[in-house]
Amino acid sequence: MKYFNYHSAKDSKEASKLASSSSAFLAGGMTTIPSMKLGLATYKDLIDIKNIKKLSGIKVSGKSVTIGAATKHVEVSNSKDVKKAIPSLSSLAEGIGDPQVRNRGTIGGSIANNDPSADYPSACIALNATIHTNERKIEAAKFFKGMFETALKKGELIEAIEFQIPEKSSYQKHPNPASRYAIVGVYVAKHKGDVNVAVTGAKSCVYNDKEMSKALLGNFSSSSIDGMDLDSSEMNSDMHASADFRASLVVTQAKKAVDAC
Amino acid sequence: MASLVGSRVERKEDKRFLTGKGRYTADINLANQTYAIFVRSPHARASIKKLNIDKALKSSGVVSILTGKEIADDKIGGLIAGWAIRSEDGTEMKCPGNPPLAKDNVNFVGDPVAVVIAESLAEAKEAAEKVEVDYKVLKAVTSTADAMNGDTIHEGIDKNLCFDWLLGDRQKVKEAFDKADKVISIDIINNRLIPNAMEPRACVADYNAASEEITLYTTSQNPHLSRLIMSAFGNVAPEHKLRVVAPDVGGGFGSKINVYNEDIVCSWAAKKINRAIKWVAERSESFLTDIHGRDHVTHAELAVTKDGKFLGFKNETIANLGAYARVFGTVTPTYLFGPCATGVYEIPAAYTNVKAVYTNTAPVDAYRGAGRPEATYTIERLVEKASMELGIDKTELRIKNFPTAFPFKQTLVHTVDSGDYVAGMEKAKQMADYKGFEARRKESEAKGKLRGIGVTSYFEACGIAPSAAVMSLGCGVGLWESAEVRFNPTGQVTVYTGSHSHGQSHQTTFAQIAADELGVPIENIDIVHGDTDKGTFGMGTYGSRSLAVGGIAIVNACKKIVEKGKRVTAKMLEANPEDVEFKDGEFIVSKSNKKKTIGEVAFACYLPGVRDEMKSPLPEGDEPGLKETSFYDPSNFSFPAGTHIAEVEIDPETGHVKLEKYTACDDFGRIINPMVVEGQVHGGLAQGIGQALYENAEYDETGQLMTGSYMDYTMPRADNFPEFNIGYTCTHATTNPLGVKGCGEAGAIAAPPTVMNAVIDALGGQEVTMPATAEKVWKACKNLKKSNAKAA
Ligand SMILES: Cc1cc2nc3c(=O)[nH]c(=O)nc-3n(C[C@H](O)[C@H](O)[C@H](O)COP(=O)(O)OP(=O)(O)OC[C@H]3O[C@@H](n4cnc5c(N)ncnc54)[C@H](O)[C@@H]3O)c2cc1C
Repeated sequence: MKYFNYHSAKDSKEASKLASSSSAFLAGGMTTIPSMKLGLATYKDLIDIKNIKKLSGIKVSGKSVTIGAATKHVEVSNSKDVKKAIPSLSSLAEGIGDPQVRNRGTIGGSIANNDPSADYPSACIALNATIHTNERKIEAAKFFKGMFETALKKGELIEAIEFQIPEKSSYQKHPNPASRYAIVGVYVAKHKGDVNVAVTGAKSCVYNDKEMSKALLGNFSSSSIDGMDLDSSEMNSDMHASADFRASLVVTQAKKAVDAC
Repeated sequence: MASLVGSRVERKEDKRFLTGKGRYTADINLANQTYAIFVRSPHARASIKKLNIDKALKSSGVVSILTGKEIADDKIGGLIAGWAIRSEDGTEMKCPGNPPLAKDNVNFVGDPVAVVIAESLAEAKEAAEKVEVDYKVLKAVTSTADAMNGDTIHEGIDKNLCFDWLLGDRQKVKEAFDKADKVISIDIINNRLIPNAMEPRACVADYNAASEEITLYTTSQNPHLSRLIMSAFGNVAPEHKLRVVAPDVGGGFGSKINVYNEDIVCSWAAKKINRAIKWVAERSESFLTDIHGRDHVTHAELAVTKDGKFLGFKNETIANLGAYARVFGTVTPTYLFGPCATGVYEIPAAYTNVKAVYTNTAPVDAYRGAGRPEATYTIERLVEKASMELGIDKTELRIKNFPTAFPFKQTLVHTVDSGDYVAGMEKAKQMADYKGFEARRKESEAKGKLRGIGVTSYFEACGIAPSAAVMSLGCGVGLWESAEVRFNPTGQVTVYTGSHSHGQSHQTTFAQIAADELGVPIENIDIVHGDTDKGTFGMGTYGSRSLAVGGIAIVNACKKIVEKGKRVTAKMLEANPEDVEFKDGEFIVSKSNKKKTIGEVAFACYLPGVRDEMKSPLPEGDEPGLKETSFYDPSNFSFPAGTHIAEVEIDPETGHVKLEKYTACDDFGRIINPMVVEGQVHGGLAQGIGQALYENAEYDETGQLMTGSYMDYTMPRADNFPEFNIGYTCTHATTNPLGVKGCGEAGAIAAPPTVMNAVIDALGGQEVTMPATAEKVWKACKNLKKSNAKAA
């Protein structure tokens, strides 16, 4: 048995103070606990952040939807406010994993982990999100740095994610049939004077496909990206999908998303 | 009294299972028990240079660490193959030793080398990490198709070949092919599957130093068979000093037939340390070390005439046994496979040749359907291809080659007693609206989708295995079943069966049968199984044999009870036994109309003596008590059959296959409980469709299992399936008194070719291998688009 200390932090300050190079925040535990169990990760301290009230809850204003970091996927998918303001965000949450995972996993944990095939990072990019931490505000475009890598510093705690409400949007995922993570997920959002095509699952980190965004800004119709031949050289390849298949899926899912907008 | 056989009696076991009161092996905790963790090979093939347990022994809480050396020193035997197969050239099959703990060599990832026993699970785990094993890693053999060209895995087993077996007549087949107008040929792969029972394997072993008895609680489909193997071959303890209990078991699908390394090691070690030992597999251990299923590479050919008559059939298969040959490992790809490979057709000449090979992968053994899914996949994919190449409707072509009369002497081995394949086909077509398909295909096309329809007509041999039949084939072991029916003095009944229920609802269906036979209310009947101390010897549950063999043993034992009851009634009522009739729980003297209930008779049998009369109700020659036993060895297999039809819609842009419709029309003979049968059909279909579209066990070239968790191994989920459209035709089996055939495996047998035939139909006849994943289908769609463009 690997022994560790369990702490339950009462506020962000305490949580951040307890953090060290061998600690992890415990939100839903849906990533942390399986990786500890399989011996892929060991920690000296687990800092439970679920009891920090400030981190949970959903607020909608005229321009944005702000979701507390420890808000569970199920709360996002069930929220009437989210459904009304950004329906695609609620349906993204509904498509994560399975009910057990959605009843525990949190949005903050998901983006802090930055799994290359996680769903939420694409929402952050597509919806021009701002990540609020206990120290600063970070634009989504600068937050996701690489595979499992973010701009977060040691002990920095995500408090909330603020999404910009788009004119139209849709998230379309081609799930891994086993895990149901995204083999490719494409989040298309049309904002005033701007279109984002955020892609997850295809490469080592979520990205905004500039070529498709530009084409769609000119003409927001799936025909404007139909048949686009994407460069697959940087795409992931595994037993579930080759790089070429992923390249094709990015376009297909983007088209579906545009059609569904 | 209304008959219970045939009605949807609610499951007696549900209360226990649905309220969390089931008692599974992992629920059993014994006083002062210890915990075992197995140290397993991380390599697919290696020799063990050194094994050092010094550090681990010093770890906290360690009670004992045992290795392959101790188990060899104690002369504990290894795991065995239960069926001896002879090669075409007359030589015996070649099986390597398979010690419960490897001493010199490891042959697949997960092969255990040591067991660490400690006071707690956590301490056992921690100590296990400190066991140091120095391996010399050797080149692994992992490919089924190339296994014969790889390095020799087991010393003395040339080409890694266990046997090269032939069933049928090559010369006759050659003559048939010479006469053919056309030869249809196909190369197929039957993908490897991991059974994934919901409950992982587990065992708790206990030793009583005073009685010198070992008790093993284990997740087994056949506790008596396990005891026999552990005693006779494992040398763990003589049978009378070994009790094996298989309590509630959460699914088996064949994976819990085998005695496993852990059963033997824990039983042996419990005696050695004189304490109870508990072991529960983690899911990742289940993936690595449960037996796997299927894994065939096949080339098959069908010789046909222009108008679609089948003339001859060839089947050349390489079957992967994995690292070792296990209990049903050698019979599954031979006698359970070859005879069924000619399907439901009259084919004058046929042969099946199987080369069984060893590889550095988990052992392959019987998995739901065992051999028959592989057989059905071979013939039904071939027949569907023939229909495309001959341009004859797929259902017409099948009907044209169905047997016209029963008994049907099937080409290779079986004589099928009853069936009506044409009726099954007609009903399935109607249920599936076969006629309306072309319209639906057009609708899909209008949406930019491809639609396909696939058909399978299958039969299977269930109720393994009539001794007379299998002995004549050269197999050493026949498999009968036993039952004991015991009355209490006050009239309730306990039925002991050698079958084992791990999801099959025996507590309900067997009680329905006994209730009808004895006229006793079903509430007063208990079914007991799964404990070698309780029932007489039994063979267990697999191969859809429980009802067709075990159920008949119950019927026969009940009939003996009724016979005795007649004699006792006659004595009590001063009549001739021949004049006593039995109906609805009452013995009636036909001449006088006097009667005794079966409860009164039972009471009299136990408490003979009627006050003031000074005479016994027991006839001369009859002993007191009311208890009868039957050992039933069937005269033949039973042969369920049916036609299944699937329809899929494919999105050519993503390769996604959506199963739109699935129709199953089966002939299971008499149905005891339709609700239970539906459950069995649904489960079988889920696994069969899973094989076709989702599941695949994949090893890399070094022998690491790539699909070792649910993150990568696709278990189908409820949302993968449409509402199943299920129906029946019914011809009674003529070889058993209930007329039953068996239903447990049909879905898993028929679904893979049905779904794949539909997928391939949608893809314009292009082959794809199972599972038909999005990428494979997407590629095929691209090819189709290209070839269509060329044609235009
Ligand atoms: C079976 C399964 C299927 C899944 N399927 C999907 C899927 O389809 N799509 C998908 O997107 N995801 C999927 N997931 C992941 C899931 O969505 C979780 O969101 C994810 O595991 C992390 O969230 P968590 O709250 O469980 O984080 P935890 O496991 O508690 O923490 C993960 C990491 O994030 C850090 N962290 C947590 N909260 C914060 C915070 N507020 N600030 C800074 N750092 C923080 C922790 O230190 C830790 O390193 C799946 C998971 C499982 C187990």
